[in-house]
Amino acid sequence: MAKRRGVADRDPERGQPKEEKSAPMISVRGLRKSIAGQEILRGIDLEVSVGETLVIIGRSGGGKSVLLKHLIGLLQPDAGEIRVTGQNITGMKERALRSVREKVGILFQSGALFDSLNVEDNLAFPLLEAGERDVNAIRRRINEVLDVVELEGENEKMPESLSGGMRKRVGLARAIIRQPSCVLYDEPTSGLDPVVSDSIDRLIRRLQERFGMTSVVVTHDMKSAFHVADHIAYLHDGRIYFYGTPEELQRCDDKIIQDFLQGRST
Amino acid sequence: MFGRLFIALGTPVVGFVRFLGEILLLAADTFRCLFTHRLRWRLFLRQMVDIGLHSQMLVIVTGGFTGAVFAAQTFFQFNKLGMGSAVGAVVSVAICRELGPVLTALMVSGRVGAAMTAEIGTMKVTEQVDALRALAVYPVDYLVVPRALAMMVSMPLLTAECIGFGIIASYLTALTLLDVNGTYYLANMVRWTLLRDLIMGTSKAFCFGILIVFICCHKGLTTREGAVGVGRATTEAVVVSSLAVLISNFFLTMALNIVYPAGYQ
Repeated sequence: MAKRRGVADRDPERGQPKEEKSAPMISVRGLRKSIAGQEILRGIDLEVSVGETLVIIGRSGGGKSVLLKHLIGLLQPDAGEIRVTGQNITGMKERALRSVREKVGILFQSGALFDSLNVEDNLAFPLLEAGERDVNAIRRRINEVLDVVELEGENEKMPESLSGGMRKRVGLARAIIRQPSCVLYDEPTSGLDPVVSDSIDRLIRRLQERFGMTSVVVTHDMKSAFHVADHIAYLHDGRIYFYGTPEELQRCDDKIIQDFLQGRST
Repeated sequence: MFGRLFIALGTPVVGFVRFLGEILLLAADTFRCLFTHRLRWRLFLRQMVDIGLHSQMLVIVTGGFTGAVFAAQTFFQFNKLGMGSAVGAVVSVAICRELGPVLTALMVSGRVGAAMTAEIGTMKVTEQVDALRALAVYPVDYLVVPRALAMMVSMPLLTAECIGFGIIASYLTALTLLDVNGTYYLANMVRWTLLRDLIMGTSKAFCFGILIVFICCHKGLTTREGAVGVGRATTEAVVVSSLAVLISNFFLTMALNIVYPAGYQ
């Protein structure tokens, strides 16, 4: 059996990892979710500390993206509780979730750029929605985030004329333009070549270092996971099977984890 | 045996009731947003252009040729009874009360409704609707409210336009091809066509617009399963909204006839 830090080693009184350093940015307790009669999540317990990067790994179709969407209230759990900066978002109405969503940005798997808007308008969208009306301030902020994601001068391009990597970087720029305290990444490197994947990984790291952003990254790209993670959670069979540092994961001799790390089908 | 029969008959009924409930909830949510959120004028005007301006040719052709054909068919029958000059009255009343609103609604459902479902459905399956929510924007407020408002304003105007072109085309057809006396034609038409006929037609159009917009937006917002799902949702939206227009037309006719009775009283 794997040495499972996190869920297995949590203090039963407080339900938190023993080595917790600061108050959690996100806290998940007993999360359960069924979709179309199939139980996807079977009691997830997880915490993400402020400023850390947690990577959630697991097999395709294992519920990683479903878990991620719960963290921003895009899906509501059947049971359990989710807290973001201490605020319980379970069962919250869309309007009440607004304040939470202003603190948490998300990069979707496909980028999810609005295809009727060009890059600049996509990036201006969150600012306009937040009530910003100063055109110069909006343009300045757009250029700043385009600089962060290394896409200067691409303002006028439409999403359809961007490559997969560029689309994800614009999606990331849109997610961070309102300077959220936490960013969720859904498969940020899937479908990208190794060089672009590496640039996205560096970008995630840079955002954490430069802006102190908390990050939750869902991926099954192990190279990427080891590059960006402070902690890694392995989602298996609807539960957190392993929680620990990248080094602990690599040292773990559990067969299920080793099969996943080595890419062995059984 | 009975259990299976019960399930076979009950499932579509439950599905239909659920669908109706969801449409009503979407409508309620939209009207609530109208009063609780600021109106997005730019999106509303863009929808006005899409629904109203870009439907011009469709409505003119539909109204014009329906009026012309209806005038000809009516004339062929009435002329045998020596009532050729009554064509104008029959055509204008029929176009005002029935043909104008129903044909406009069917055309708008096919052109605008399908486009609405396809656009919102594509946004749904490509996570753009989730992106809106993640950016703290309520999708009903952003996607449905401007479309619903634009449809409510556009449909009566498009219907009035369809009626107008139908009447003009019927007049020109009767005058130039059927040798009907123009003066009698106009006199009969003006005598028998009342303002309440036009009000009834535009009232129906308003109701049809509401039906079309909520059915099509609902289909878009509940789209699943990628490109195939978008295609299926679009087809369903056009079929369901067209049927809704035709079925509700009967009940609207019976109800509105009490408020706006046909002919002289």
